[in-house]
Amino acid sequence: MESLFQNIMNALQWGSFYSLIALGYCLVYGVLRLINFAHGDIFMVGAFIAYFTATFLMGMYTDFSFGLSNPMVLVLTIPITMILTAGVGVTIERVAYRPLRNKGAHRLYVVITALMCGLILQHANLAVLGASRRSFPDLVERSVYTIGGVTFTNLRVATIVAAFLVFAMLYTIISRTRIGMAMRAISYDRFAIPLMGIPVATIVVITFILGSSLAGLAGLLYSMSYPVLEPYMGAMIGWKAFIAAVVGGIGDIRGAFVGGFLLGFLEIMVVAFFPSTFRDLIAFSILLLILSIKPTGIFGMAQTTKI
Amino acid sequence: MFLGSLLLLGVQGESSQADASNPITLGFVIPLTGDIPKVGESSRHAAEMLREEIMAQGGLDIGGVKHNLRFIYEDNESKPESAVMAMLKLIERDRVLAIVGPQSSRQAVPAGQVANDNRTPMISPWSTNPDTTLNRPWVFRAAFLDPFQAPVAVDFAMEQFGATTAAVLFALANDYSKGLAEFFRSDFQAKNGAGSVVAYESYGDRDQDFSAQLTNIIRAQPDFIFLPNNYNEVALIVRQASDLGWTGPFMGADAWGSAELMTLCGDLCKGHYFSTHYAAAGATGATREFIEKYQAKYGYTPDDVAALTWDATRLVLEAIQSTGGLSGNPRNDRAAIRDAMAAIEEFEGITGNMRFDDEGDPIKCAVVVRISDAGEFEYTKSVCP
Repeated sequence: MESLFQNIMNALQWGSFYSLIALGYCLVYGVLRLINFAHGDIFMVGAFIAYFTATFLMGMYTDFSFGLSNPMVLVLTIPITMILTAGVGVTIERVAYRPLRNKGAHRLYVVITALMCGLILQHANLAVLGASRRSFPDLVERSVYTIGGVTFTNLRVATIVAAFLVFAMLYTIISRTRIGMAMRAISYDRFAIPLMGIPVATIVVITFILGSSLAGLAGLLYSMSYPVLEPYMGAMIGWKAFIAAVVGGIGDIRGAFVGGFLLGFLEIMVVAFFPSTFRDLIAFSILLLILSIKPTGIFGMAQTTKI
Repeated sequence: MFLGSLLLLGVQGESSQADASNPITLGFVIPLTGDIPKVGESSRHAAEMLREEIMAQGGLDIGGVKHNLRFIYEDNESKPESAVMAMLKLIERDRVLAIVGPQSSRQAVPAGQVANDNRTPMISPWSTNPDTTLNRPWVFRAAFLDPFQAPVAVDFAMEQFGATTAAVLFALANDYSKGLAEFFRSDFQAKNGAGSVVAYESYGDRDQDFSAQLTNIIRAQPDFIFLPNNYNEVALIVRQASDLGWTGPFMGADAWGSAELMTLCGDLCKGHYFSTHYAAAGATGATREFIEKYQAKYGYTPDDVAALTWDATRLVLEAIQSTGGLSGNPRNDRAAIRDAMAAIEEFEGITGNMRFDDEGDPIKCAVVVRISDAGEFEYTKSVCP
């Protein structure tokens, strides 16, 4: 029983990462009907940006030290990482997706472009930084607590809380603000919206800023929990988060959020009770079953308004 | 990945004083990218250092004629299938006389099959899984075997920690890790009774979260955790175990012994023990000379894979010298080199003296090292067969 609660804790943490990445997939898909397959690699880039930002602020590349304490470094690293990663996402949109969209290319070409962007990010990283892994510095003093047989760290709690906070903020933005309304409108009818005076290009950029900055935040939190960074770290988790978003019902951020946690729970619980070889087999069979019962995903609805 | 191999093709020997019309070409199949890039880097460093040293003397002396050495480094990306491709390329296109590598059993086991089928001598410096050389007359190695390494780890842990129960966490898709875990379990249970390995958990390829497995392990309350894993995974496992409240000891195996372990693992790995091929701290004689040269050239202490690559490459070159002269026909020369390697009975390496058995496996000592507070691998004990 104790280990069941422990595994729920483990699953909440693991699910948080899936959810944060799935939210980014979901935002871009909702607005553009584009599966941004580079998103997992934007998460990887976010992790590396966080690494370089943190080590730079700790004074590893300069002759002088900024004299910042580690918690202060973290406080600064969070916004810097989010801003710079958002920049990467927006750049990809400008360079790769927008020209295709303006030429009215078929969606298939845009998806293939996204896949290529992901591969370019991975191998640019490999070419520039080499194959050696980086070790993320400990910015926060780890403290391990045990309450009622469940062991957790301050970092783990922070990760889970961050995932829920991000979701709450995003939900508010989309359902309560004018920008969110514009996003939903574009999702509803991309061709009529410019006639209403809504700047489509601006809204698309904002969408990419939101999605990519979340990937950056996820990258930072992930590197703090799993401090070994490498160029391919985003590939697998990106694919899986995408599947989670679809099962949750892509186009509805509640779906992405729930889907991410669902996948996290499945993976952890299968390993807890079966040999680890069964993990992906059982986890993805269950997801497949869910989709075959409800093809639009858990929160999905028939193709009307989405996001 | 292409970039890497292209760059490496540029690194080839050039010299004018030797007989350049007929260079001696050796192939290296090493993990320059992928999971264990430091292993590949160390291998290349050691091989280059050896080549430069020999070329400084005018080349490799075979029967009184000095020959140029040409080393071709191929990246196997730490993947079995890429290792097979790299082997075939070296054998068929580059016509190498012999191949050094792959390093990890995960790549060396399938690569050994390719070498044997294509009748090309191969020596793996670092592979410890028996299957690499088993029933393959063309395949040799420079490292001890896991059936020998596992009891070393078992005995040491029983003595050092007074352990009667153990847990194992291993990588299922990795021949090395899986094989060593199995040898460890059977040996530990033979000495402590059935059921003394209280948890035996595995994980898959590219996994980063081991919290579910570790929860099971910690619940079983073992006296120590045995981790036969690559250094990059060790860093994650050790950290997550401590996040889950584990304060007991770990016992590691030779794949821990990379120069990169401390960078990735930091303070959490200090104080733990692992079995390995040689201990750099406090070495003497030729081993010490090698360590000092390497340290001066590359700026870090050579790890076991560097020392073993040095030994393995020297073994091949010694075999080539003892053929007394090569014909220039790769098929015949490969056979001659293979016979010469099989004929070597005793070899003084910097990782210890080796005697070879009929399978092409060396019989040599293992050491157990402790990771000191300074992050150095300190000699603790050596165990000889």
